[in-house]
Amino acid sequence: MNETIRIPQTRPRFSATFDEYTLSEIRRAAATGIYDIRGAGTKRKLPHFDDLLFLGASISRYPLEGYREKCGTNVVLGARFAKKPIELKIPITIAGMSFGALSAQAKEALGRGASIVGTSTTTGDGGMTPEERGHSSILVYQYLPSRYGMNPDDLRKADAIEVVIGQGAKPGGGGMLLGQKISSRVAKMRNLPQGIDQRSACRHPDWTGPDDLEIKIQELREITDWQKPIYVKVGASRPYYDTALAVKSGADVVVLDGMQGGTAATQEVFIEHVGIPILAAIRPAVQALQDLGMHRKVQLIVSGGIRTGADVAKALALGADAVSIGTAALVALGDNDPSLEAEYQKLGTTAGAYDDWHEGRDPAGITTQDPELAQRLDPIMAGRRLANYLSVLTLEAQTIARAAGKSHVHNLEPEDLVALTVEAAAMARVPLAGTSWIPGQNGS
Amino acid sequence: MTNQISTQIVDLRSNPVRELNQALHSLSGGGSSKHWRVLHPLGAHAVAAGLDADVTVEIDGDVGYYCAGMNQRAIVIVNGSAGPGVGENMMSGRIYVRGDASSAAGATARGGTLVIDGNASARCGISMKGIDIVVKGSIGPMSAFMAQEGTLTVFGDAGEALGDSIYEAKLFVRGKVKSLGADCIEKPMEDQHFRELFEKLKEAGVAHEIDVTDFRRYGSARNLYHFHVDNAGAY
Repeated sequence: MNETIRIPQTRPRFSATFDEYTLSEIRRAAATGIYDIRGAGTKRKLPHFDDLLFLGASISRYPLEGYREKCGTNVVLGARFAKKPIELKIPITIAGMSFGALSAQAKEALGRGASIVGTSTTTGDGGMTPEERGHSSILVYQYLPSRYGMNPDDLRKADAIEVVIGQGAKPGGGGMLLGQKISSRVAKMRNLPQGIDQRSACRHPDWTGPDDLEIKIQELREITDWQKPIYVKVGASRPYYDTALAVKSGADVVVLDGMQGGTAATQEVFIEHVGIPILAAIRPAVQALQDLGMHRKVQLIVSGGIRTGADVAKALALGADAVSIGTAALVALGDNDPSLEAEYQKLGTTAGAYDDWHEGRDPAGITTQDPELAQRLDPIMAGRRLANYLSVLTLEAQTIARAAGKSHVHNLEPEDLVALTVEAAAMARVPLAGTSWIPGQNGS
Repeated sequence: MTNQISTQIVDLRSNPVRELNQALHSLSGGGSSKHWRVLHPLGAHAVAAGLDADVTVEIDGDVGYYCAGMNQRAIVIVNGSAGPGVGENMMSGRIYVRGDASSAAGATARGGTLVIDGNASARCGISMKGIDIVVKGSIGPMSAFMAQEGTLTVFGDAGEALGDSIYEAKLFVRGKVKSLGADCIEKPMEDQHFRELFEKLKEAGVAHEIDVTDFRRYGSARNLYHFHVDNAGAY
């Protein structure tokens, strides 16, 4: 009797190490011989604010009435040395993004949206445009290594100055604005020929190290007659020491950008493998401020992956004075909108994943210098959307703060938080939920 | 501060730099004194930084970092040597350093003229964006790194990696160049370049001191203007 024995087959198995994305990147690299450049921040899963929870009020804590009892959100920046500190109505600012990387319409929309809700926007590499100054009630002027468009008149027109040492997407890296985004206006502002790739330097040309930085800050204060708050922005890598050195150098404000923070154009390998998540960076920075007796005297602005009012509240509870948003602000303007899916498909991508911002072909008209594409963005409507979004973030943060019994969002504290994972507990230095265990603290 | 007939004299032993700069900044709207003399700078930083006025400031002694930084319109004369970043990001006006200058002289400057009688250290004219720099002595390594616009003229020698990653700035060197940086090449000196150099030296008030035919010209090969993997070894 013949009986066919059917041998069960194992299913094709994909490697966790060589996953689909990794394989595609190997093939792309093999075909081109050049690394991948893209915009935005890290896309890998990281310990983040989602791994924290608020405890809320209980028998021992007294909540505030939602919609009735006041919960303040204002923040004063720069009172340490500046004669004219700035006051924001909400603790959420717009991060530095350049005209060049973004269209003039997008910069205008950011200014309009931020101004409606009483917060600041920030210039970027490439200098200040009159439109940007005109539409931003509070404008922070970035002082960058490339000094593209750097102009003392603009320095004096700014409400604050941000000395950029680095950014979260690429601590230690410069940038490259590719030729297709170098319109005649962008080229003129940067004193470079039109259409060439423009390298943004990774180091400042006229100083190195913290002792020099102190003298550079002194010069900037002298030039602006000690009126403007001076921020120092660093990418999160060694937050304790960078914060301490920024304070020592005379900063009014420290801006700390985690690796989730976006970029206009950087190598994928840089974005994904250099720097640390913002969750891991806030507590060491706050510790440095506390050790120096400067917490709340030198303000700390943190950024990198802020999406919701819960993220805002968590960052503040960990000790920040304010947060900054970039990627989320662009999404609020209309970046990666599903209504543009057909056009994203033509670019070989899909809504939500589009990150080739450096190529200047953004169908949303945001990360482009193409006049036809840029014209698609209505700065008034987009600005309104940003203002709405900022209002929601603020309301959400207030909701949480009231639930924790706080009359100001700055009264949120680490004791209001617990962590869902051991990693997040160690990084944020708050207990694992349901325990009193903070890994790495008290010898544990 | 002592008020003399036509010259304001400020002694930095008794008046802080802050007071000096505040007084000089107040001239932006037009002031009576067109000539200022600063005594005993003793290496102070940011002396006469951020000026925006038709005024002459003469500093008797050595200055620290960023003297005349971001200068607009003013003439600043240093009767001594200058620390790093003299005339950094200058927009217009003139700066004369009678002694030597430290590193990053004229860094990122977008206009005006900087004349250094002595030598300039490393990274002279780094990232310059339109300034004309004349160094009567020699310059250090990595000078004119990523230089974008303007001219750098050197009567003496240049250190290694001159003009590394240079854009459209023009370099004229009379002496030896230790080495050229990535994408910087020697270019032929033709009539128009002799004329251009003469005009620049004339503007700086030093044309009579030197023969322009002694100079060689350096600038960008423009091979690195667009990133290409075949050039990766050049970076």
